[in-house]
Amino acid sequence: MNLTGADIVVRTLIEQGVRTVFGYPGGQVIHIYDSLYKYRDELKHILTAHEQGAAHAADGWARATGRPGVVIATSGPGATNLVTGIATAFLDSVPMVAITGNVMNAQIGTDSFQEIDITGITLPITKHNYFVGAVEDLADTIREAFRLAVSGRPGPVLVDIPKDIQIARCGYEPRPVIAPDPPRAAKDQRIQEAADCLSAAHRPFLYFGGGLIASGAQEELLALAEKIDAPIGCSLMGVSGIPTDHPRFLGMQGMHGHYACSTAMHHADCIIALGARFNDRVTGDRTKFARGAKLIHVDVDGSELSKNVAAVCGMRGDVKQTLRKLLELVQPAEHPEWTGTIAEFREEEARNQDNRPGLTPRNAMLTLDKHLTPDTPVATDVGQHQMWAAQTLRFSRPRRFISSGGLGTMGFGMGAAMGAQMATGEHTVLVTGDGSFGMNLNELATAVSNRIPLVILLLNNGVLGMVRQWQTLFFDKHYSSTVLARQTDFVKLAEAFGAGGERVGTLEDLDAALERAFRVRGPYLIDCAMGEDEFVLPMLPPGGSMDDIITRAGD
Amino acid sequence: MQRYTVAVLVRNQFGVLNRVTSMFRRRQFNIDNLTVSETESPDYSRITVQFAGERVTKQQLVDQLYKLPDVCSIRELDKDNSVSFELLLIKLKNDPASRGDIMAAADAFEAKTVDYTRESIVLRVTADSRRIDDFIDLMRDYEILEICRTGVVSLERGADTIRKVTNL
Repeated sequence: MNLTGADIVVRTLIEQGVRTVFGYPGGQVIHIYDSLYKYRDELKHILTAHEQGAAHAADGWARATGRPGVVIATSGPGATNLVTGIATAFLDSVPMVAITGNVMNAQIGTDSFQEIDITGITLPITKHNYFVGAVEDLADTIREAFRLAVSGRPGPVLVDIPKDIQIARCGYEPRPVIAPDPPRAAKDQRIQEAADCLSAAHRPFLYFGGGLIASGAQEELLALAEKIDAPIGCSLMGVSGIPTDHPRFLGMQGMHGHYACSTAMHHADCIIALGARFNDRVTGDRTKFARGAKLIHVDVDGSELSKNVAAVCGMRGDVKQTLRKLLELVQPAEHPEWTGTIAEFREEEARNQDNRPGLTPRNAMLTLDKHLTPDTPVATDVGQHQMWAAQTLRFSRPRRFISSGGLGTMGFGMGAAMGAQMATGEHTVLVTGDGSFGMNLNELATAVSNRIPLVILLLNNGVLGMVRQWQTLFFDKHYSSTVLARQTDFVKLAEAFGAGGERVGTLEDLDAALERAFRVRGPYLIDCAMGEDEFVLPMLPPGGSMDDIITRAGD
Repeated sequence: MQRYTVAVLVRNQFGVLNRVTSMFRRRQFNIDNLTVSETESPDYSRITVQFAGERVTKQQLVDQLYKLPDVCSIRELDKDNSVSFELLLIKLKNDPASRGDIMAAADAFEAKTVDYTRESIVLRVTADSRRIDDFIDLMRDYEILEICRTGVVSLERGADTIRKVTNL
């Protein structure tokens, strides 16, 4: 088949199993958009309000499915508007293929209209990127981008295509969907060392991050926990990786992690970390982090081993394949004393739990939780609401908690929630705050146009709560630029966009509003009043250790 | 702190040097010197990097390099398993009072005079980096006008090659 470059782009996407792309047209992708028109029955294009929203939507799609999300943008500002979305995907190891147009090859380097060096700009925030110099390379480059995006540690890949390449013609033959590089277990000798180390442990602890979800190793993890009688914790990126209600699960570790989880990790004598990278928000002061524990670290990315925390046994390999082998080698064990200690940590956590009545953050989340099904994707933005959601909501399936962990991108939620909804077909929830929502609320337009069933629970406290919490604790209550004092009427705003919405001030109202919201086949915004002085607790102060943990407001 | 030499075989593609150095910059790896050249195959270029640091830093640098899709093979080269050379051009003031001493030192370092005028002498030294450091240090007793050095090139001793490591 002799096709134009633009047709080859679209045909290759279809060939690679893509059925939905997100994007925004422009001068240097106009030929690709003409092909999208031609193939509109095979490939659906979702027009967003802004390229950033499209990038987050592709990201949300990928997080919900494990398949790469695809975003298309024009050159110049279209491409630069993708940057935050690509960086968000990069920091959370989310597979994504970003396609940008660029000016004609002959004009590259002349600062022509809407020309930008997007491969240069995205160099440090992509796994790899390509500038396509010849139409003959186009199809294979896009295939290679898909292979890279999903192989090993997933991540975003960008393909920049000059306009003349989109116009030029060459032969095209469809190929099968490209398979990821086969996942490999770590070296046998290392696995034996890890097995010996775990078998000798008295207080073992299993800790996982997003890598466990990426590798699909939930069953193996739970089997290992049973075999060696160990509690389980996770990072923010691991949330929803195993059922929240699992009796061995202590919750999330880190700055705002669950007390029992953080304390158990602190007292463990052997930690096996699976697909997690010990970010500073997890460890606090690294010199004081889990000092009594021998660390076994499994990661598909070898550069993560001993990067942040030294491991006695670092294993480069796929988590699932490695766990399978490890399960055979490790000795079964029981640790009644350790189990008793864990139970005490849980009791201590329960004593510190916020049990105030009324519309508290925890109660708002518990009320939302009642309305969730096991399949409901919950996306968040970034800030206090994100932590409350991660701490309180219960998940029973992986890939149902969709949150920007590594980059912490305010404004992530609207796009990500739409992407997750379209990927799963499920009525989706966005938990957001008035600060984050303000950043990309333009995507309400997209949600309305596409009749996306989306419940937007906006915890509205009139302040930038997370920064304000730090200012309260560490900056003598100097509320510098965190008091929004805006007069936005979010219900009217939702209505202006063509969405439904209502304002709630009590827990009962919230419950009733959620009931209504889930019946609407479209976006519905609940503007939920929240106290401006609510804290996310517990809190390990930045750079602090378990000795510094704050468990109650006023401590 | 130890000095490490790492040879990196990369796909000979546009922008590959930028990818490697961008990673060094982003992760704040402090490189002493770096050389790039085409290899026996036009498909590959060879980058030789020298830097001083702790062993964990070296390991992290190697691990991060392996993540770049254009990186095909990496070889750590040390004194025992490799031969390493660097080329120095040094321009000195041609002063009758010091000329004799300069030439005596040049002789001891097997330096070659490659340019000679009334006002200046340019010497060329080929040696390992340490010896070149020593020679520059000696020349600081005289008036150095300018210096240019290539950075190190290094090959493994014996018949093993960097391409054999990964069967390219």
